[in-house]
Parts: sequence; C-alpha cells; structure tokens
Amino acid sequence: MIHVENLTKYYDDVCAVDQISFDVRKGEILGLLGPNGAGKTTTLRMLTGFLKPSSGRIQVGDYSIEDQLLEIKKILGYLPESAPLYHDMLVLDYLRFVADLRGMDAAGNLDRIREVGDLCGINEVMHQPIGELSKGYRQRVGLAHAMMNDPEVLVLDEPTSGLDPNQIVEIREIIRRIGKAKTVVFSTHILSEAEATCDRVIIIHHGKVVADSSTARLQETLGGRNQIHLTLAGAEAAAVQQELAAVSGVSRLDVLDPVDGAIRLVLTCEASRDPRAELYHRIRRTDWTLLEFHQETLKLEDIFRELTKEG
Amino acid sequence: MRHALCIGRKEFNAYFTSPIAYIVIAIFLLVTGWFFFSTFFLLNQANLRNFFGLLPVIFAFVVPAVTMRLFAEEFNIGSYETLLTLPVRFNDVILGKFAAAVAFVAAMLVPTLAYPVTVAALGTLDWGPVIGGYLGAVFLGASFAAVGLFASALTRNQIVAFIIGLAICFGLTLVDQIAFFLPPAGSLVFSYLAADVHFQNIAKGIIDTRDLVYFLSVCFIGLYATHLVLKARD
Repeated sequence: MIHVENLTKYYDDVCAVDQISFDVRKGEILGLLGPNGAGKTTTLRMLTGFLKPSSGRIQVGDYSIEDQLLEIKKILGYLPESAPLYHDMLVLDYLRFVADLRGMDAAGNLDRIREVGDLCGINEVMHQPIGELSKGYRQRVGLAHAMMNDPEVLVLDEPTSGLDPNQIVEIREIIRRIGKAKTVVFSTHILSEAEATCDRVIIIHHGKVVADSSTARLQETLGGRNQIHLTLAGAEAAAVQQELAAVSGVSRLDVLDPVDGAIRLVLTCEASRDPRAELYHRIRRTDWTLLEFHQETLKLEDIFRELTKEG
Repeated sequence: MRHALCIGRKEFNAYFTSPIAYIVIAIFLLVTGWFFFSTFFLLNQANLRNFFGLLPVIFAFVVPAVTMRLFAEEFNIGSYETLLTLPVRFNDVILGKFAAAVAFVAAMLVPTLAYPVTVAALGTLDWGPVIGGYLGAVFLGASFAAVGLFASALTRNQIVAFIIGLAICFGLTLVDQIAFFLPPAGSLVFSYLAADVHFQNIAKGIIDTRDLVYFLSVCFIGLYATHLVLKARD
C-alpha cells in the first residue's frame, strides 16, 4: 500500500531523514518508533505530502507523491502531532468543513459525522469550540478529522500523547479496529504502545532505519537474551558471585544494592542456553535462603534503548 | 474551485465568530464617520468626496488588520498542516482566503451606505460618483487584501503581518506624493503606482480600464507572491 524508497530530507544542512526505505502492506499497522528528533514527524510529513522530500520516492496505493499528490490526499487521513485545529470553530462545524473539503455530499455527511463521533467518543462535545476542549478531546476530534472519509491509509503522529491512561487504551482500541481493514502508520515514543498495537515496528534513529521487523521477531532476533533476577538471604556477596558466575550460560552478573540484608543479583544469559536448573542446584547445595528467582525476556523497551544508544 | 469556495466560506464565518470582525468594523465606522461628518456641515456640499478621499488611507490601516490572521494564525497554531493535508491545492487555499477577505471588506462597507442615504436626504446627491466610489472601494480593498495576504504568509506572528501589510499598503497609497521630487519621467511612474490616484479616478465616477487594470494587477501580484512564499515553505 505504501512504498518508500531512499527517502531523504535536509533542513538547510541538517539531515533529518537519511535514506529511509520501507513498505507497508494493506491492512497492516506500522509503528514508527524513535527517540525525540529521530525524524519520525518529518517522515510522516513527507508521507502525507506536507513536506517535499529532498530526494527519494514515495508511493501510496497506485499513486506517486510527485505527480498525484491530490489523489493521495483523497485516500489518506492524517492527524498531525498534537492535533492542531481551528480553536474558534465548533467541533461540528469543523467536521462539516472537513467533510465538505473531502467532497462528501451534504446529506451523507451528517450521518458520517455522527458515526465518526460515536467511534471517537466526541458526540457530547460537538457543540463546543475546539479551543475549549481538553487535550484528550482535541486529540479525538483530530482523529475524527482524519477518519472522516473512511480513508484507505491512516497516518497518525503520536496519537496518544497527552492522553490519560484510559483514553490511551481507547485510542489504541480504535486504531486496532481500523487497522483490521485499513493501513495505519503511526509514530510514538511509547514502546508498550507499539508492542500492544502494531503488527510491525520500524525504529528510526538519527534519520536512519535501525530496525524493521514484526514486533515478535524483533524480540527474538535482537532480544536474544534473558535476565534472571535472584534474591538471596544469609549470603555473602563475594561467595555468591564466585559460585554463580561460573555457571555456563551466564554472560554477566550484576550485584544490586541489598534490601533488608538480602543480596539481589541480575544475571544476563544467552537465550540459547537455560542455566536455571544449574543455578538452582548450586544454590540448594549452600545454606542460603532463596527469596526470589524469576526470568525476564528483554522487552522492546530494552531493544529500543540498545539500538538508539548515543555514541 | 469548489474547495476555494468552501475555504472562503469557512474563513468568512470565522471572522464573525471571533471578536475581530466587530472590533475592526466598529473602528472603521468610527474613524470614517468622524472624519466625514466633522467637516461635512462646514463644507456644506451634498457629496461624499471627503469620505472617498480618506478611504485609501483608512483602508491601508484596516485591511491589513483584516488579513493579518489568515495565514499567520494557521502557521502559529499549526492548523496549516491539517489544512494542506486535506485534498486541496495551494491555489484553493489562497483564493478562498482572499475571497473571504474581500467579502469581509465589502461587508464592512455596507453600513457606510447610510452616509449617501443621509446626504441624499439633506441635498441633491449625484449618485454616479457614489456608485463609482463604492466600486472603486471594493477594488481597492481587494488589492490591499492581496497585499495583506502576502504579508500574512510571510510570518507566524500576526502583529508582524499587520505591520508589513500596513507598510506596503500605506506606501502604495501615498507613493505619488514623492513624485513631486522626481524628474517628470519618474513622477509619471510613481503616480501610476499610486493606489490613491487610481482610486480617486474611479471615485469621480470615471470607470477607466487603466484603473481597473491597475487594481487587478496589484491583486494578481499579491496573490502570486503569496503562492511563491507558500511554495518556498517546504
């Protein structure tokens, strides 16, 4: 549905987006992740035709962005970051204006406004000026604006920023619902959100794609490591270190600050080998008291941190 | 074209949902009313020459105040991005906003129709120059609106947009005054450039294509410059 090839954008001499390429299939939800200033917004702005790329190609559906921008705009709904809308207008007036510009006929558009209003939960604020709405409601109005003409492609720039946890869950729910039939591209820097919502994530750092794969696979290939958390009472740190570091499969052992005299350890292990059994046997041979023993797989968050570390 | 109309309608309504429209219209009527009637009974003539004589200078102040928000506000709150990613062209946006500003200037002139009506009641009024004057006023307003739109596209700050627009409109109004200091060839050029001279021709009741061409050219140049400024933004 979307094909992006060697997309590059310079602001004067600063390279904001550097040779990005990716494809999005129809019916896929793609998350664009990256730290602040990584080039997410710039990429989305080029995708929606608001900014002209310095070089590279973008194709949405059967249209190329250079010659058929207007056609692309017709099938694409876009919610810019922080939903900038006209403050003086009433929500209903604004949505009618959008429906008008989208060329929807006057009879059908009230029905559609009600439908979208239901979906986004804004029917109770229809007659309020947008400027007086809270951030969450404004975001929803922005979402309604983007979905007005039931677009083939929905592009959302940080759709959940500034919302409370309940609203975030609702918006994610909406995105997932739309994503079943349509193509959705959204940017975020909240990782759990990408994990919960996306089929696929692309991580951008300094304008470059540093990872592009399905959420599950990203964890497998890049995660590749488990962490084991241990808490032991009645033990000496040095002795514990000596005893457990020797276990095969443990690549690193960190001693954390003790809590109530109990020693806490984090063991980093390769995912291919499971040292848990041996660890347990070794601990059982001593007179230490085992208080805690659990394993964690590296999460998207850790992968993200790993990939976008400075320097 | 449909898009331009749609944007124009929205912008025109936006004027009247915010206090700007009422403030601008009130100030405009206060200033024109006071300047016109303070000398009207002294001159003791049943015409509106005095009113139309002042109009270019007053428009030079008022029209940029009307147009200043058109683009500057969009840039400032970021709604420009939302607007441009809807299926519209640059030119739809520019023409729509321009049409809204011209319609607003025309709406602002409507209450001043009370002046010729009053004057006609007091003496015999020659309606020719009045009709010419109002026609000229709309052309003048449209030219200044195009200039103001250009000024508004330059910046995200409405005050800056207002001052730039004011400077250009004021310059255009009074440029013939410096013709005085120039050799004859230069003075001819400057008096052709002056909006005031062309407006006063129409306000005399003489509708000359040269004057209309002048106003249409200013509109075109203003709108084209706006187009170039917006194009240069990405």
